[in-house]
Amino acid sequence: MLTLEENVVAGRDDVVAAAMRPVVDTPSWWWPAVAVLGAVVALGVVAWAVQLADGLGVAGYNDRAFWAVYEADLVAFVGVSYGGAVVSAILRLTNATWRAPLTRIAEGTALVTLPIGMIFIIPHLGSPWRVWELVWPPYWNLSSPILWDFFAVSTYLLATAVFFYLPLVPDLPIARRWLAGRGGLRTRGCRALYKLLGGGWEGTESQRRLLHGSIGLVAIMVIPMAVSVHSVLSFAFASSSRSGYLETIFPVYFVVAALYSGVALVVLAVAAGRRLFHLEAFIHPRHLVRLGFVMVVFGAAYIYLTFTEYLVDGYSGTTDNAAWVRQILVGRYWVPFWFYFVAAGLVPIMVMAIRRTRNATGVIVASGLVVVAMWVKRLVIVIPPATEPLVRSPLAAAGIAGRWGSYHFTWVPISITLAATAAIPLLLLILFRFVPILPISEMEELAGDGEGAQGMPIRREGL
Amino acid sequence: MTEEKLARRRFLHGAALGAAGLAGIGSLGGAFEASTSLASSRDPEPGGAAKPVHQWAMVIDLRYCNGCKLCTAGCQAAHGLHADQTWIEVFTMRNAAGETYHMPRPCMMCEDPPCVQVCPVSANFRTAEGLTLVDQSRCIGTRICMNACPYQARYFNWSAPRPVPRQPFPQEPTWPVPQVEGTVGKCIFCAAMLPSGMLPECVTRCPMGVIYLGDLEADVATNGMGNTVTLSKFLAENDAVKFKESYGTHPRVFYIPGHGQDLESDTAGG
Repeated sequence: MLTLEENVVAGRDDVVAAAMRPVVDTPSWWWPAVAVLGAVVALGVVAWAVQLADGLGVAGYNDRAFWAVYEADLVAFVGVSYGGAVVSAILRLTNATWRAPLTRIAEGTALVTLPIGMIFIIPHLGSPWRVWELVWPPYWNLSSPILWDFFAVSTYLLATAVFFYLPLVPDLPIARRWLAGRGGLRTRGCRALYKLLGGGWEGTESQRRLLHGSIGLVAIMVIPMAVSVHSVLSFAFASSSRSGYLETIFPVYFVVAALYSGVALVVLAVAAGRRLFHLEAFIHPRHLVRLGFVMVVFGAAYIYLTFTEYLVDGYSGTTDNAAWVRQILVGRYWVPFWFYFVAAGLVPIMVMAIRRTRNATGVIVASGLVVVAMWVKRLVIVIPPATEPLVRSPLAAAGIAGRWGSYHFTWVPISITLAATAAIPLLLLILFRFVPILPISEMEELAGDGEGAQGMPIRREGL
Repeated sequence: MTEEKLARRRFLHGAALGAAGLAGIGSLGGAFEASTSLASSRDPEPGGAAKPVHQWAMVIDLRYCNGCKLCTAGCQAAHGLHADQTWIEVFTMRNAAGETYHMPRPCMMCEDPPCVQVCPVSANFRTAEGLTLVDQSRCIGTRICMNACPYQARYFNWSAPRPVPRQPFPQEPTWPVPQVEGTVGKCIFCAAMLPSGMLPECVTRCPMGVIYLGDLEADVATNGMGNTVTLSKFLAENDAVKFKESYGTHPRVFYIPGHGQDLESDTAGG
């Protein structure tokens, strides 16, 4: 059997042609797909306009459900951007050379999902037209966890963009040369773009050393940054006296959830890219299975953290903690919680444990379930404590009747959430109309075909 | 008590600096100074400027509350609130013997208010006279203050406010009428009325004389029936308690129990 490394030892021309195919070819499904995804996004924008006109109440919120779906969306969509950090930073630092053909797709997924997650700040706010106050230092209150979130996520966005750009630099001159002689407005635009972003790259030894050093440095920096972002996001909940939010486990819990759902999304993106852009020669089904192993490690860690949280809070028996743990396990939230438990708890572990399902199809199915179920799990984290009454009046408790407590889903947040979901493939399709979908130079170096991109001797030790 | 309060502030400020450092934002020094100087101009520590004349407080005598909710109705009419915006809400509670009693809950006007600490744009502030108010021209509507408040005393404006007639006071944090859509509102102790010697709406509306407006500085409290008491003596003689004292918020609303209830264990939970 071929190893993954042998599998990708294709000629350089093959790699470049495959990487540039999405840029130059327009498959028959491309425009219909963009139209459908664009329509879903447009519906979300309409829903947001309705919410702007009529107030946040149309999204199903009320004073006893002050945080709900947008807050869960923000956590979930920022969370799925973590796949890029895992594949590109963790696998890079651990010298897992098989990652090479996946890195561009993984980093691209991170690059598009993080801004989508950040956009949820806007529908979340009651007065979004005042969002500028968050960047107006005289108004800052540095003891506010929301402000910490804002700093952390913005910094992470910058790091993600840099992390996408740096490994792209050596590919740009290759792509530009490959496009030479082709006509068309967009091709000329791409060539101009490549010249602008990567025109100075000559592949000299000193440039190469500088680039490798920079990538290594950013890879090291991205990991603590990613950890800090989701920890700080969790502080918005955990730094309060509300039982169910006041959990010391929350920072770890949030980070692991983000890594878990992030790897799952990378699996989906890689599988889709492989099929749609015919990258079968470079991305082997075993790549997906290996990602499946990475995913299931985070999945097992997450189940462990969930178990710990509910056991300790439920066992303590204090009135407030027992109330929400009970509501989640056997009360009104039992359907979403046990859906999470099966879809993102048991299934991924079983898929990887059983030999017959431990294949690309199994991993793709499991990843799809994980992405959806981890979003549902975020709802189960955000909504129950927010709707639990803090003044223990017998009447107040009886007044909460819905399946999601005081919160009631309406078409507005559902449309906006679907729009954000559709925006991920839409932006990826657009991104890879302009950027090579495979990391050409990195694959050449790691495949070990003897020559680097510019005929330079390659360094086998990874970075 | 003061020690504890200061320790908490110092902890939060330290934590804020740490977080800012982690985020790697440059030029924070100046911003931090701006932020703290703003906070201090609104919340002078004792020993700073001239001592304020009043320190507002409230006493709620649960022995006489019959649950008629005229306080809520009066408050909502005065401030043009929606029916579910119960700035003073009357909860029907159950005591250890299984009997029901009624408990009005205004803003607790905490001495260490969590809502002020968590607002990212400093829209919540505490006046020199001990009132926590919301600047609705600044609030961006993150609702993290609603998460922070242990008394669920904060109410968001999910839709447009009710139309109100011409108001006797300008639309300011001391009289946020009409409310502003997309921002958080809450009980203000009718702050704009206090300087002219008028009692808050809920105090004057209560037919049972349950609610007293108090002044810790003058050590006096008055209810809507014209009863005036020496505040410290009244609290001591009637074994007054504060709601959820274990949360470290140091409320300035005092409850006088009379139904065998224990506010801490009945209601504080956690």
